Amino acid sequence: MSGLISILADGIAYGMLLFLFSIGLSITLGLMRFINLAHGAFAMCGGYAAVVLLNGFGVPFLLTLPIAAVLTGAIGVVLEQLVIRRVYPMPELQQVLFSIGLAFAAGAVANILFGPQQQPMLLPDWLTTRVDLGVVEITGYRIFLILFGLVAAGALVALFNATLFGARVRAAVDNRRAAEGIGIHVTRLFAITFGLGAAFAGLGGALAVGFLGLDPTFPFKYLVLLLMVVAIGGPGSIAGSFVAAVALGAIDALFKYYVPEVGSFVIYGILVLMMVFFPKGLASRRAA
Amino acid sequence: MTAGTGTPAIEPAGTPAIETAGLTLRYGNFTAVNDVSLRVAAGARHALIGPNGAGKTSLVHALTGNVPATSGTIRLGGEDLTALPQAARVRRGLTRTFQINQLFRGLTVLENVSLAILERERKTRNFWRSATADRAVAEEAREHLAFVNLDAYAARPVHALPYGLQRLVELAIALGTKPRVLVLDEPAAGVPAAQSEAIFERIHALPRDLTLLFVEHDMGLVFRFAERITVLVQGAIMTEGTPAEIQADERVREVYLGRRGHHAAA
Amino acid sequence: MRLVRVGAGLPLLLLAVAGYFLFPEYLTLFTSLFILSVFALSYDLLQGHAGVVSLGHAVFFGTGAYTAAILARHGLEEPLLGLLAALLVSAALALVLTRIVVVGNDLTRLLVTLGVGFLVFEAANQARDLTGGADGLSDFTMGPVLGLFRFDFAGETAFFYSLAVLALVYFFLWRLAGSPFGLALRGIRENVRRMPAIGAPVRRHLATAYTISGGIAGLAGALLAQTSNFASLDMLGFERSAEVMMMATLGGTGSIPGVVLGATGLGYLKDALSAMSPKYWQLGIGIVLMLSVFVLRGGIAGAFTALLRRLRGRA
Repeated sequence: MSGLISILADGIAYGMLLFLFSIGLSITLGLMRFINLAHGAFAMCGGYAAVVLLNGFGVPFLLTLPIAAVLTGAIGVVLEQLVIRRVYPMPELQQVLFSIGLAFAAGAVANILFGPQQQPMLLPDWLTTRVDLGVVEITGYRIFLILFGLVAAGALVALFNATLFGARVRAAVDNRRAAEGIGIHVTRLFAITFGLGAAFAGLGGALAVGFLGLDPTFPFKYLVLLLMVVAIGGPGSIAGSFVAAVALGAIDALFKYYVPEVGSFVIYGILVLMMVFFPKGLASRRAA
Repeated sequence: MTAGTGTPAIEPAGTPAIETAGLTLRYGNFTAVNDVSLRVAAGARHALIGPNGAGKTSLVHALTGNVPATSGTIRLGGEDLTALPQAARVRRGLTRTFQINQLFRGLTVLENVSLAILERERKTRNFWRSATADRAVAEEAREHLAFVNLDAYAARPVHALPYGLQRLVELAIALGTKPRVLVLDEPAAGVPAAQSEAIFERIHALPRDLTLLFVEHDMGLVFRFAERITVLVQGAIMTEGTPAEIQADERVREVYLGRRGHHAAA
Repeated sequence: MRLVRVGAGLPLLLLAVAGYFLFPEYLTLFTSLFILSVFALSYDLLQGHAGVVSLGHAVFFGTGAYTAAILARHGLEEPLLGLLAALLVSAALALVLTRIVVVGNDLTRLLVTLGVGFLVFEAANQARDLTGGADGLSDFTMGPVLGLFRFDFAGETAFFYSLAVLALVYFFLWRLAGSPFGLALRGIRENVRRMPAIGAPVRRHLATAYTISGGIAGLAGALLAQTSNFASLDMLGFERSAEVMMMATLGGTGSIPGVVLGATGLGYLKDALSAMSPKYWQLGIGIVLMLSVFVLRGGIAGAFTALLRRLRGRA
């Protein structure tokens, strides 16, 4: 029993990271109809930022998180303004080619700058100690991740459902032309949203270093999972992405632990089965 | 093609060329087509009219299988087509054209029409012979192009043609499927008045044994070319009759002509 | 376009043969370029002709490679039989997979092909007894081609063997492109919505294209395994799928000689950059892919056609 709980905690913590990675992808797909296969590169970027800040400059762990997020978000906005917005109107194939190229280039740059090896990260003591929860002991980091993910999801839901900005995004997801018609500045909205998505991915990446590790293959390593989260949750849906990410994280962890021989198949198997039975995707639902 | 039935079938009699019973199409809560029972006589020139949003294009979708109907049946010359997908309906002789051009833009005009013929003849399973070497297909394609006066453009890519001529390619492709019933969704949509006249003149010249059901906004064209008219309002049939009957119908005037009367002159 | 398509095959072949006499020390490189060209041509049938994208085409390449290697390990040393088996096995796998690839839109298709790619990669990784796992398979020997031509150290047999397969595939696909079936595939690319409205069995067409494409990709994989005496996991991997997509795109989707040129050029670039370090090759791929979206939209073939048009315009 306690084993199950600790594995579930692992899986849920993993799911929280997947949620942070994928939320930007979900929004850009729902809002700009842009298939960004390079979205994982933003998470990687946040990861390296955190590693450099923490190991190189001795910045405290908690402070590296907002810096990584803001930095990645800023890079996202700059990229969006310089090139990516010109890719939005292109056909899907061109979007795919462009974003794969971006992901390859990002991975190669990371490789050239930091080398191919895993990046070490020294976490503060309060995150590495195990916390006794009565039935089970879990490392502080898992608890931190889960709480952090819940707060982030709550903040995003509040942002999108309770603010004018969120209302604008939802309007544009539903009907871009109508949104433009009522005077929403869609181009600027896209840039801000893209940056926001990149920032959350960067935040997730910074958090992920101590849990998933970090190396230059990162942009492609989690690509399938990210796409699955979006496909299951529905592009543009925050609540959907959250549920899908946590569920996939938990399933992945359970299978990898209990049936390690087939563990890594399960996620891909689910993906393929899902597409057989729901060929149009579960993604046709409305935005959050 | 064989000769038509002699006199144009004005009154629906005998087995209709195409017939629907209780045809309904819903998108979620919205009923686009509501319990439509329509009979189109063999060889008819049958127009489908109605105000914007009346469900004319939705009816075309459901009829030809672009969108599966929610309920109701569709019969083509007595044969039940309801369960068949669009391609199978086409192979049985029910073809449509589109309100907004659906062309193979990067292919030449001749290839556009040839492709329809090759699919009809099931020759597209062949991946060794040259497509252009098939004399019979090329000849037939040129006949269709000559019919719509596009023979001079055969070798041009479709995207290089002006929109009005592209509308004729839309028609020529449909002819390549050798339909028994041809459903035309606003064949002259998006084309200046002078050219829409020319398009309808070509439609009028089609052989009489080909049954035509067409959606059209321009009342002048409808009353000139249709022999029978069905009026659709809010997804349901309001009335049906000869052009004279429809013109005299007060209700039609009210929902349609009254509001859109200025359109008739266009 | 038509002119380019018809006229380029023979000069390319002559160029390849000239390479044999001019650069005899590069035969192994040439062989790998021929194999890449076969692979890129197989993928181009999907993306270039039918307009269908896939992020998992290496699955068939790898299947072909392992089929040839495994059969050779079990004593089937005649390379041509190995090729034939690889063709059939890969085509059969593709046929099985069409059910899930042919449905849906581009996004679900990307997801599925990506998912299948990772799934097969994991399967091959786990099935250590069959595939050798991460070490790959190299404990097999190939017999002489047709019992006559032994694979030699200079790579002469491998050179002509691969070139012959490339020429056959090229010719086959050239016929296919001009056939009614090829026209139907272009119809799907140009307007998939209109196809059912002319009575076309779109799924059937795509399934046929996918099966042929998978089979030819398997041929390419088998060629690589046979000429390099090695089959490994990276032949199935995502990076190889992305590479082939890039080669086909850069060559000019839908143009057969363009794709061959694209595969050859990029293959050479890969060889040169990887010699420095794989990371430079990845950076190169990335930049080239990103640029390809903005410039060279029609690929090499498109640029060539535009040049021809301009020259004619001046004359």
